Amino acid sequence: MKSYVARRLARAVLLLFAVSVLCFLLTRLAPGSFFDEIRLNPQISPQTIAALQARYGLDEPLPLRYGRWARSVARGDFGFSIAYNTPVAQLMWAPAKHTLLLGGVAMLLCWLISIPLAVWSAAYERSWFDRGVSALTSLFISIPEIVLALALLAFAMRSHALPVGGMTSVGFDELTAWGKAVDIARHMLAPVVILVLVGTPVIVRHLRASVAEVLHAPFVEAARGCGIGGARLLFRHVLPAAANPAISLFGLSLAALLSGSLLVEVVTGWPGLGPLILDATLARDLDVVVAAAMLGAAMMIVGNFAADLLLLAADPRIRTGSPDAG
Amino acid sequence: MTHASDLVRVKDLSVSYSAAGQSVPAVKHATFSIGAGEVLGVLGESGSGKSTLALSLARMLPAKARYESGAITFRGRDLLQMSEKQLGAVRGAEIAIIWQDPALALNPVMRVGQQIAEVLRAHGSRDRHERVERVQGVLTEVGFQHPSEVASAYPHQLSGGQRQRVGIAQALCCRPSLVIADEPTSKLDSALQVEILALLAKLRALHNMAYLIISHDPAVFAGWADRMLVMYAGEIVEEGSREQVFGHPLHPYSQGLVRLSGAPAGTPRQLLPVITGEPPDLTRLPRGCAFEPRCPERMKVCAASPPASSTPEANRQVSCFKYE
Repeated sequence: MKSYVARRLARAVLLLFAVSVLCFLLTRLAPGSFFDEIRLNPQISPQTIAALQARYGLDEPLPLRYGRWARSVARGDFGFSIAYNTPVAQLMWAPAKHTLLLGGVAMLLCWLISIPLAVWSAAYERSWFDRGVSALTSLFISIPEIVLALALLAFAMRSHALPVGGMTSVGFDELTAWGKAVDIARHMLAPVVILVLVGTPVIVRHLRASVAEVLHAPFVEAARGCGIGGARLLFRHVLPAAANPAISLFGLSLAALLSGSLLVEVVTGWPGLGPLILDATLARDLDVVVAAAMLGAAMMIVGNFAADLLLLAADPRIRTGSPDAG
Repeated sequence: MTHASDLVRVKDLSVSYSAAGQSVPAVKHATFSIGAGEVLGVLGESGSGKSTLALSLARMLPAKARYESGAITFRGRDLLQMSEKQLGAVRGAEIAIIWQDPALALNPVMRVGQQIAEVLRAHGSRDRHERVERVQGVLTEVGFQHPSEVASAYPHQLSGGQRQRVGIAQALCCRPSLVIADEPTSKLDSALQVEILALLAKLRALHNMAYLIISHDPAVFAGWADRMLVMYAGEIVEEGSREQVFGHPLHPYSQGLVRLSGAPAGTPRQLLPVITGEPPDLTRLPRGCAFEPRCPERMKVCAASPPASSTPEANRQVSCFKYE
């Protein structure tokens, strides 16, 4: 078990290194630079621009620049944002927290809603409930996220039921602790609803299929023959035996915690990583872009690893076989 | 034959399956009873309706099955009139099932001790420690030397015979008065078969339970079945004590089965006494006796109409024109 974790960690570090090289290279090879816009200004001389580029090291060869970037990663700065004139880590810390809050709440709700929906629609196969769930999930899977987001925004603007944009109201600082929480929750509502509408159907579909399969297994029939029924049978006997695909899916949603909500953040004005990354990309503030990509890769590795550990914990058949095989 | 002490009385039970828009009869007009503590064996080929008959006693037939007629009275209550909730209180507590394939009947991701405890819990055992103790007790009873080790094992960590013992422990943990065993040993090798059958016999003597044992193999009933039913094409064609049915079978089909099982092992294939012909197609049964096309003793009357049940000796019934 220990050597398994150690090997996984070593592989993760290697993978992250490869991703960093690729990200770094690809972003630097893309056309354009941070100072392109200034170049269009006739009042600024080419010498000034050259001096600026030299100051930020943009004229040095790529290996040298990668080395400097790697040293800054080792320091914990994760590069330097030219636009904000601060280390990237400092710049990204607060938005990352906001994104994590939004993504975490949305993910929690997704699973809390999906599990009972999936189990009950599998248990009452072909009932009106099952058909309704199936129709709704098909509908929301086929509507693009952006359309959902715009529709909800239009509703929020017209009805004035929800605040839109930002995560706090004017005068937030005067509120009590409870008032602050309520204010943030109200601002979070629109993006969370969009994320839940997008995320839930996928989980429901996968989980419903695996629960329906297990429901037909002989051991479920045997449990029924012992007088075990109702919710106990569904959630204590059937669900654990049907959980493996859902656990893999859970790993993926963990991986998407910091990257799954970027579009929704931009559209609803949530001050998370989304708007920051969009601006940085458009402005060629490249260290921010690379850091965001690295964060995504790291979350993917963490999510997969968490899913594997959870599978190991949930399924004794995997546990008995060597985990290194998987 | 019914007596005051009967545990189960099945009267005129008919069950059919709907398949491809067609209704196929699986059990036709079955009438029999099981006394308290009695071992009733049901012998028949696959497709004879014996499993359907057995599972209908626990109302465990699949959704595509229909109870066409009849009544199943268990301790004075008609099982066919019970709600699913009432049945849940009976299953596992008063009527238990031992399944054919122990590898499939246990939950692969739950410790076997927990699986037995779940049955106790479903039938009112509220205290966790009490459940753990009772699980250990019943595992000891089915022959495990180290019950706590077994209780914490998962099914895939046990052998086939151990799994079947766990299945038996699960069935017996609430002390049911009727145990239904559908081919309880057919997935086990022959040495284990003997062991498991001996265990079942021992437990019956200990707790005075009634058994309904289903098998295609006459050897399963040897030495312990009290009475036998022989089924063919959904009908009970013969009923009698084990000595009667195996000693001198009356129905030509029973005679064939008994001859078949009496042949010493290793008899060359061409010398084996066989029941000629194919098992019947339940969707197209003949107008007369269902066994008529394969019967070595068929008469003219056999093809015209089905035979009625007759009682040639005391406590004995047979459906054949030879005895009418």
